Amino acid sequence: MITPSSLTELRDAVLSAPRVIAVGAVTKPRLSAVEAVKISTRCLSGITEYEPGEFTFTALAGTPVKEIIAALAEKGQYLPFDPMLVEAGSTIGGVVASGLSGPGRFRYGGVRDFILGVRFVDGMGRLLRLGGKVVKNAAGFDVPKFLVGSLGRFGVIGEVTFKVFPKPETEITLELPFELKRLTGLASSRFEAAALDVLPGGEKMLVKLAGPGKALEVLAQEIGGNLVDNSIWSQIRETPWSFKTDITSDQVHEHKASHISCGGNVALSHDRPARGLTLRGEAPLWIGDRPRFAIESAVKQALDPQHRFPTLDD
Amino acid sequence: MSSSALSKFSTILPPDRILSRPVELAAYESDGLTAFHTRPIAIVVPETTDEVIAIVRLCHELKLPFVARGSGTSLSGGSLPIAEGIVIALNRLNRIVRLDPAQRIVVVQPGVINTQVTVAAAPHGLHYAPDPSSQSICTIGGNVAFNSGGAHCLKYGMTSNHVLGIKAVLATGEVVEWGRGSRERIGPDWCGLFVGNEGLFGIALEITLQLLPRAECFHTVLAGYRTLEQAGDAVSAVIASGLLPGAIEIMDALALEAAKAAVHAEYPPGCEAVLIVELEGPREVVAIERERLDEILQASQPVGMRPARDADERMAIWKGRKSAFSAVGRLSPDFIVQDGVVPRCRLGEALRRIAEMSRETGIRVANVFHAGDGNLHPLILFDGREQGALQRAEALAGRILRMCVEMGGSITGEHGVGVEKRDFLGDMFSADEIDCMQRLRAAFDPLGIANPGKMFPGKEAPALSHVGLHPLEKAGVISRE
Ligand SMILES: Cc1cc2nc3c(=O)[nH]c(=O)nc-3n(C[C@H](O)[C@H](O)[C@H](O)COP(=O)(O)OP(=O)(O)OC[C@H]3O[C@@H](n4cnc5c(N)ncnc54)[C@H](O)[C@@H]3O)c2cc1C
Repeated sequence: MITPSSLTELRDAVLSAPRVIAVGAVTKPRLSAVEAVKISTRCLSGITEYEPGEFTFTALAGTPVKEIIAALAEKGQYLPFDPMLVEAGSTIGGVVASGLSGPGRFRYGGVRDFILGVRFVDGMGRLLRLGGKVVKNAAGFDVPKFLVGSLGRFGVIGEVTFKVFPKPETEITLELPFELKRLTGLASSRFEAAALDVLPGGEKMLVKLAGPGKALEVLAQEIGGNLVDNSIWSQIRETPWSFKTDITSDQVHEHKASHISCGGNVALSHDRPARGLTLRGEAPLWIGDRPRFAIESAVKQALDPQHRFPTLDD
Repeated sequence: MSSSALSKFSTILPPDRILSRPVELAAYESDGLTAFHTRPIAIVVPETTDEVIAIVRLCHELKLPFVARGSGTSLSGGSLPIAEGIVIALNRLNRIVRLDPAQRIVVVQPGVINTQVTVAAAPHGLHYAPDPSSQSICTIGGNVAFNSGGAHCLKYGMTSNHVLGIKAVLATGEVVEWGRGSRERIGPDWCGLFVGNEGLFGIALEITLQLLPRAECFHTVLAGYRTLEQAGDAVSAVIASGLLPGAIEIMDALALEAAKAAVHAEYPPGCEAVLIVELEGPREVVAIERERLDEILQASQPVGMRPARDADERMAIWKGRKSAFSAVGRLSPDFIVQDGVVPRCRLGEALRRIAEMSRETGIRVANVFHAGDGNLHPLILFDGREQGALQRAEALAGRILRMCVEMGGSITGEHGVGVEKRDFLGDMFSADEIDCMQRLRAAFDPLGIANPGKMFPGKEAPALSHVGLHPLEKAGVISRE
């Protein structure tokens, strides 16, 4: 294990061994369970820039998400993509590399929708800054987005810049009996739900509303169901799920045992699904078919010609 | 193109869909950046995705450069033809393949016009969020290539934030399909990498877009200020309040003058700048938030404030805003529109410096911009018939772009680098960073046949002529933002 404490040291670390992979707090252990020298981002920690008036912050890859959430909350802001495993210590770099968003991604989008820029080390040991630091930028290829979900296989993330939003005044949670029609109906409704999940077993669904408290009371009456404590969302976020599968709402019934998130777009489970990504445990990284195109190895070759990082199939 | 090459295309397309007579080519010589003209060898007009795939594979075999083209409204020269290449016109691939209201997704061919997506979604109470002001004419393929934005980016993001899946033929001839229609994905974000490639990776054949429920209620306020700086301060106050408006836009005095002349827009007397803020959401939420917004704006000392009382008044506010650019065309025979971004907190400073540069050079600059995300659109006015005027205007545009980079911003917020800003890419990125992007480009396009000469600095510049309104703007069909 190498533990660089600056971006220059991170670059040296990449060049120091024939095969390396970055790790954060290892809250999704299967993603980095490969034969390679581990580069820990533990000492690459801290928010380097935060300007609330810009709705942006920049932080080193090893910064615990918990620290970021606290700093944002002080200024009345939050991460709309709702990162998972926060209490377990997940780091912002790990959030990007794993591409794992929480239930709150339903309203405004996931990690990919809030990342603005990145500094990363490519396989040739070059420290590169791509994307930007402002909320809007269309210059150059969108490498920051590509690195979301890239599992450290194309580069080591050193620092990231994100867009954030003002935190809604109040949140309330309703529990209703699950019905697919009700789920898709709510997803298209005027209520603009902040999250929409189905609990394992497929009997109950949860709706989160966020906004001014007085207005939410009225909306909640119209939606119906039982009020439940908001802490249920952190239980969902903190659960060490083993598998993640991207689905569409018409497939919800095939994933009865799973926790269904994002209005029927994600299945999180402890049991091995027919298709998906393994986050923890002994199962292969990819379960079932994964689209494979020639461009994947060409892009790998472009960013990491010596295969200093493992491939997606290692 | 040699006649043998042409004959190869005729095995794919009937003769009436291979255009090579000078009169036919003339219509494709420019895009929305009318300063540049290039005559391509031929225009090919596929009608099916299989034809597009066959054309790209043939280009690959012949090492023949190609430029994909939607409606040709690019403002940065993105769809400018290549002299030694062909243009692949995609307008006839204009089918909405599938619309699934329950999943709120729509699958479209690249030639589908932006507003047609919303029109198709409207009966289901849904809409497609990205709204470039060219939306009544520009294509989803063009939007994907440029990651186009609009007035609602702060809250809902750009095109990329709404693309769930892409089927594309890469410049190598490989056909790829990314995304299964889910809002989530596993593995690297290939769609994210493809969107914004400016036509340098290949051609998008089918795009899966997410639709959003249409907001139930809007509250749109127009506030006039004595100075541009006061309008800027009001933006900061709104941002600091914790509200998340759907749109925050500013127009300066020159832009107001133009809008008054063009669409008889009315603004509070004595104002030198106008701020437009729009809230949207469920009616109960908007009812509460509008009180807060109105309070904040009252406190910002406007000379006048006009909340839209109904849908017509809201439309009138947006009409003044969206027509402003074309309206500026009435104040000056020619203009360049720039697209730099600055950190929002430095908007006031940026505008002051632009005003100084304008005074110093004697070149008039109008400002209409997305204040909420710091995306400036300075309009640099000049008269192309005057010797050297275009060059002076371009020099000023360049100074403004460099200022944006110096302030920690970007050379483009939504119009792309194209031909126009490729020499400025090096101001934002180091040689290594540009090399990294060039390596990526080479992975998608090892022969360099997809839209060569765009985005990256260094290639010979095509002929510059003078700048005017897009023909469709002159006809009043579209306006710019
Ligand atoms: C009056 C006016 C107002 C505008 N307002 C805005 C605005 O508010 N916001 C904004 O962001 N932009 C705006 N634009 C710029 C322009 O409309 C956008 O860039 C738009 O996305 C271009 O679409 P198009 O169909 O005209 O594409 P084209 O100009 O034909 O092509 C643009 C680029 O896309 C590539 N391309 C086209 N189709 C494909 C495909 N299927 N696959 C791969 N590459 C492809 C082309 O090669 C080219 O590089 C405006 C332009 C005008 C003239």
